[in-house]
Amino acid sequence: MNAHPEILRLLAFLAGLIIFAALNAAYLVWLERKVCGHIQRRIGPKEVGPFGLLQPLADGIKLMTKQVLVPPQVDPVLFRLAPALVLIPAIMSFVVIPFSANLVAREINIGLLLVFAFASVNVLGLLLGGWGSANKYAVISAARCVSQNVAYEIPMLITVITMVMITGTMNLNEIVLQQPDISQWYVFRFTASPLMPVAFLVFFICSLAETNRAPFDLGEAESELIAGFHTEYSGMGFGLFFMGEYANIVIGASLATVLFLGGWQSPVSFIPGGWWWFLAKVYFLIFTIMWIRWTYPRTTLWGLLNLSWKVLIPISLLNLLVTGGMLKLMPLIFGAG
Amino acid sequence: MIDLALSQNKEIFVLNLGPQHPATHGVLRVKLLMDGEYIVSAEPVLGYIHRMHEKMGENRTWAQFMPNTGRLDYLGALSYNHGYARVVERAAGIEVPERAEYLRVITVELNRIASHLLWFGAFVLDLGGFTPLLYAFDDREMILDLLESVTGARLTFCYFRFGGVYNDIDDNFVPGTRAFIKRLRKRMPEYHNLVTKNIIIIKRLRDVGPISAGMCRRYGATGPVARGSGINYDVRKNEPYSVYPEFDFDIPVYEDGDSMARYMVRMDEIEQSMRIVEQALDRLPDGPVMAEKVPKIIKPKPGDYYSVVEAARGTFGVRVVSDGTNTPYRLKLRSPTFSNLSLYGEAARGMLLADALALMGSLDLVIPEIDR
Amino acid sequence: MENLIAQFEAIPALAVKEADYPVRGYHLEVTVAPEAVVAAAEVMDVAGYTLEAITGIDWLGEEARRREAGVKARNAAAVKAAKEAEEEPPEPETADLSGITEEMEVVYDYTHYDHLFRVMVRCRVARDNPGLPSIHQVFAGADWHEKETHDFFGIVFSGNPDLVPFILPEDADYHPLLKDFST
Repeated sequence: MNAHPEILRLLAFLAGLIIFAALNAAYLVWLERKVCGHIQRRIGPKEVGPFGLLQPLADGIKLMTKQVLVPPQVDPVLFRLAPALVLIPAIMSFVVIPFSANLVAREINIGLLLVFAFASVNVLGLLLGGWGSANKYAVISAARCVSQNVAYEIPMLITVITMVMITGTMNLNEIVLQQPDISQWYVFRFTASPLMPVAFLVFFICSLAETNRAPFDLGEAESELIAGFHTEYSGMGFGLFFMGEYANIVIGASLATVLFLGGWQSPVSFIPGGWWWFLAKVYFLIFTIMWIRWTYPRTTLWGLLNLSWKVLIPISLLNLLVTGGMLKLMPLIFGAG
Repeated sequence: MIDLALSQNKEIFVLNLGPQHPATHGVLRVKLLMDGEYIVSAEPVLGYIHRMHEKMGENRTWAQFMPNTGRLDYLGALSYNHGYARVVERAAGIEVPERAEYLRVITVELNRIASHLLWFGAFVLDLGGFTPLLYAFDDREMILDLLESVTGARLTFCYFRFGGVYNDIDDNFVPGTRAFIKRLRKRMPEYHNLVTKNIIIIKRLRDVGPISAGMCRRYGATGPVARGSGINYDVRKNEPYSVYPEFDFDIPVYEDGDSMARYMVRMDEIEQSMRIVEQALDRLPDGPVMAEKVPKIIKPKPGDYYSVVEAARGTFGVRVVSDGTNTPYRLKLRSPTFSNLSLYGEAARGMLLADALALMGSLDLVIPEIDR
Repeated sequence: MENLIAQFEAIPALAVKEADYPVRGYHLEVTVAPEAVVAAAEVMDVAGYTLEAITGIDWLGEEARRREAGVKARNAAAVKAAKEAEEEPPEPETADLSGITEEMEVVYDYTHYDHLFRVMVRCRVARDNPGLPSIHQVFAGADWHEKETHDFFGIVFSGNPDLVPFILPEDADYHPLLKDFST
């Protein structure tokens, strides 16, 4: 067995990541319901288990035992393929996320690129699901999702390019290592660019939009499009979309943590860093995302696209320019060292 | 409609919004002809909860129809009680004691606040914000508790009788109502901070779904829809009835005609209704709550009688035709949302789906009242 | 108001009379022939009124009841007169119910946003094959009210663009508010 430690390691990580994604989906739903409950002056789930902690289990059993209805007019292949196309890339993206210094499935030099490559597959899943459902609401939703994702990928990627210019690497763990304490976090690294907090906000807003979260949840605008692209899905078909959505939220929050908030590094040097810091930061961002969702109403498609093309893209381009200038200027001013 | 879809442009498709759809808040169906996300034409289809109340009215005695009025607009049932009680009192020449009129006004205005609060929550829900709904329900719940203690019902009230109301208030009602008004006074600024000043709400409502004053007149729109288009028309002021002339209150009117104007009219109306209730509580006279000499069997003199009241959604009118017997010969219910919704087809043309749903929400539809 | 009455009389209206508002709930009662409802609507439109509702009323048996009541009154009077004159009471008359045209009525309620003045326009139509022109060109909102009245009474508003069952099921071939309707 010693002959293939690498394969065993990968298998262990695969199982671990799938469980992580599934648990995240389950308990983020629980958290979401608790958070929204408390925001709305009620207490959320409380019947199943202590604090309703077994509620996700009950929901999971319900979803799995439900019949997966396939309406007669749908495209049978695309209809069944779409949920998998949403979930699998999301889980794949976890491969390169550094939970701690060593707790990373595969340290790849182009980790950042890989995450965005998989993130674009996600859109395909939504599009195929909406298109394959043979439902007009689903088609409208799919079209919205695509235009939204295309619009928001641009400022997001420009921000990421800026980050790559600053960090000089696409290896996520190395990026984390460059931020040993809170003053070194890229969100506060004004020496790299005075616009870094703005870049973080742009990235955060874009990840909200990319994951179809309120106030950008146009794809599943329930008061307009019933449930959007997953209107026709029931049982685990819907369950997979759901898991994929929450996995994507975790990915988005993880990337923001890794790029801007120091990843698994501790904010202060006398407390050791580790995976607990990573998870704490990720779940804080996720809580913020939920907070936003239960506070704001939904934008319209035009409002959403205007925000991207007229505000976020110019800001991120400006940031790119400033960063490039700073990169060239700083060595000239302060010397190459 | 479908022919048009096939002939002109292959990109145009028909979208059935409802009868089961989250945004229609009931069983309304709107046949939409869509060009992408733009609405080419919108045609509401009614009748999914039609119960033929008007025929029922011809088959029961005058008094027996009273419970039906609470089942028209289930959110503002007391106004409908009032409208029907008034027309029969007019026909049969029944005088209502002053205390009863005061109680009527207090309960109707509380009901109006409850209705507007629920609309407020549901409207923001249409715009994708879930949380205000539960805050509004929280307040509405207190009104329902108060009304339950007086009327015995929480939704389909049947509190009014010809010649008064059936039950006097208990000792807790006046302090309870005052406490509620004090509380709602504190909450209204919260609502305005949370919702009215929200940038997304402003962007979604301002200049969206304009309805002109001329359009209101052509379609007979009344209530907050007309008042949001600059028409200063409120039955409580224009055709004073009950004891409304004794109170000092304003009719909020906004000129813009957009969804924001209709929203603001209703939010201001909550404040005005609170003023009316407060004044009525201050001046609540003693005395009986039922007229002394109300005949057991009511037989109005033959002829036409018509009466209107201001319900939460606009002018509710009842026309009764009596043939001198103990049942109405004809009973016509003029419901406000029927006319208000009839302008939807014209107003929604060319709008985005999301904006058209915001427009529909701003009309404040209660489907059982449209279908009757 | 005099102005309005003059305009209605010029349509011409069959009758224009002021009503007792506190009792009736409307100020002016105008009776027009079916072909004059559009002209009446135009008068209202020009004066800035709005259409509040259209009401149908089925007067089935009304004329018969009226004649019977008249005959009954005459009989009673005759009996009374005979009693006073100490004569034999005459043979009671029976009502002549022939030649009756059963009628339906359509009532248009108009009101004004700015001042309190309610106008009620009545129009009688024959009960078999009832029809009158649509006023939806004048008041767009009349479209729905006419459809509803068509549903409930079978009154045909010629010129209404889409007079299909509106509130009733789309295959409904009955008119529930007719007095001789039974399920």
